[in-house]
Amino acid sequence: MTATNDRTYRSGPNPFHTVMLAGTTPLFLGTMLCDYAYSTTYHIQWATFASWLNLGGLIFAGLALLCAIIGFFRSQDRRLAFLMYPALLLLTWVLGLVNALAHARDAWAMMPVGFALSIVVVLLAGTATWVGFSRFGIGDKP
Amino acid sequence: MKFSHFFAAPLSILLVAGVARAQDSQKYGPNPDLPEPQRGLLPDMSVPEPAEWGDQLPTVPDGYTITAIATDLKVPRQTLVLPNGDILVAEGSGGNAPPLKPKDFIAGYIKSQGTTSVESGNRLTLLRDSDDDGSYEEQTVFAENLNAPYGLALVDNNLYVANQDAVVRFDYEEGQTEASGSPEIITLLPSEINHHWTKAMTASADGDYLYLGIGSNSNITERGMAAEVSRAEVWEIDADTGMHRPYATGLRNPTALAIQPDTERLWAVVNERDELGPDLVPDYLTTVQDGSFYGWPFSYWGQHVDPRVRPQNPEKVESAVVPDYSLGSHVAPLGLAFSIPEMGDEFAEGVFIGEHGSWNRSDPVGYQVVFIPFRNGEPDGDPIDFVSGFLTEDGKTRGRPVGVTIDPEGALIIADDLTNAVWRVTYDGDE
Repeated sequence: MTATNDRTYRSGPNPFHTVMLAGTTPLFLGTMLCDYAYSTTYHIQWATFASWLNLGGLIFAGLALLCAIIGFFRSQDRRLAFLMYPALLLLTWVLGLVNALAHARDAWAMMPVGFALSIVVVLLAGTATWVGFSRFGIGDKP
Repeated sequence: MKFSHFFAAPLSILLVAGVARAQDSQKYGPNPDLPEPQRGLLPDMSVPEPAEWGDQLPTVPDGYTITAIATDLKVPRQTLVLPNGDILVAEGSGGNAPPLKPKDFIAGYIKSQGTTSVESGNRLTLLRDSDDDGSYEEQTVFAENLNAPYGLALVDNNLYVANQDAVVRFDYEEGQTEASGSPEIITLLPSEINHHWTKAMTASADGDYLYLGIGSNSNITERGMAAEVSRAEVWEIDADTGMHRPYATGLRNPTALAIQPDTERLWAVVNERDELGPDLVPDYLTTVQDGSFYGWPFSYWGQHVDPRVRPQNPEKVESAVVPDYSLGSHVAPLGLAFSIPEMGDEFAEGVFIGEHGSWNRSDPVGYQVVFIPFRNGEPDGDPIDFVSGFLTEDGKTRGRPVGVTIDPEGALIIADDLTNAVWRVTYDGDE
């Protein structure tokens, strides 16, 4: 028997980065579903929920974006393909911020633009997450 | 980096959207211009920073004198001149509306920059000028432990006080400087949330009824329709029994009520809705007609539908009456008093209106006491500045007028909830 120094498993991506990225889409999805509920019931509580879920999404996406930018600059391989993930997250975050301002309007004034933005943001967040967990994304634990 | 262009563009759009357009248009009177509603992504908010008076005073017309007759009060809102010339001042702040959305935390903080940090007095202070020299040297606490008192009315020996949650009655004897006992509750008032907490009040000419203004529980239904039951109404309350009914509805925030001498009609000033642009929706002065609906929340200025309210209600919109007189958007009228001939020829017939001043506008308006001239019992002409100088030239505010009251001797009493003072404007006569 010989002992080996080779690790037989990958080190895995940074857990904090992973949790932030994985949480982004469900929060934005919740925003969109609450917007849908408000648009069909006129019950204001749904609009309030949507505002807070969107804020949660912005916090998660923002921290994931920060990790993504740090990761990009710390990596040796700076091919443009690796820029796709932070770029998508950035776009998600900016539109999410615009959506937060739209949701800050009183009552039905947030419609229909708030709902439309929620749909776009959840699609972008999903795409960013997909790319993020692909081989162009998060990468190994530093 | 390429991406800076990418997100710089949307951000600049945001900034441009928040800038108001200046325009000259008819703001006052029975037929104000009503532009299209507009709301950028960022609402127009501008709250003048408080400043000190130093040795300066508010500006009054030639032939008039203004003095501060009480200072260091605890948020004075409305005043009442008693038959012997004593002045009662209602002091306090109410409302317990919790922040609802993320924006409420931000907007609440910004608005708080323009208000006093003094704690709510929850009391009535009595001011007395024993030697009749115009300086109110005696100052006593008439009653305390009230709950954000605002509206005041005296009928014979009954002093009615509208707290934010109830109308209460004190026994009053002329010359009293302190209430003789605890008040009696006449009727409870809608007070849950109390987004607009002020309960304006006046007594009918014969003293049988009290009229009481209850503001809406939101800007425009963003706290849900269930929160708006018995809100945005003027009640008629039987002063003896406390029985009440809605006298008029759809008045978003009726902040001051007054009975017109001679005609005995009820008038109100009403604060209209925000976030439809710098020149919408006009705050107004109006007669309050029994059984009428004034639009809120479904429409404004008659039949102008507010698209922010769902479900809509075309029947109610159809029934909405048009108010009498626009005071301009966002001026925030909080005080109303009918003038008397003793105020001098130019200001003999009409109403004085205390304008607390705007926040939902990049270019501040209000922050003054205006006079609306009347002829034959109806408003006739544009507002005239009566007391100004609350806003400084560098965009700060030294005071914010609230309640205005006429002293029958020929003086206007003004409560100022930023200076925490009561001002008195007297007519010097023809010299």
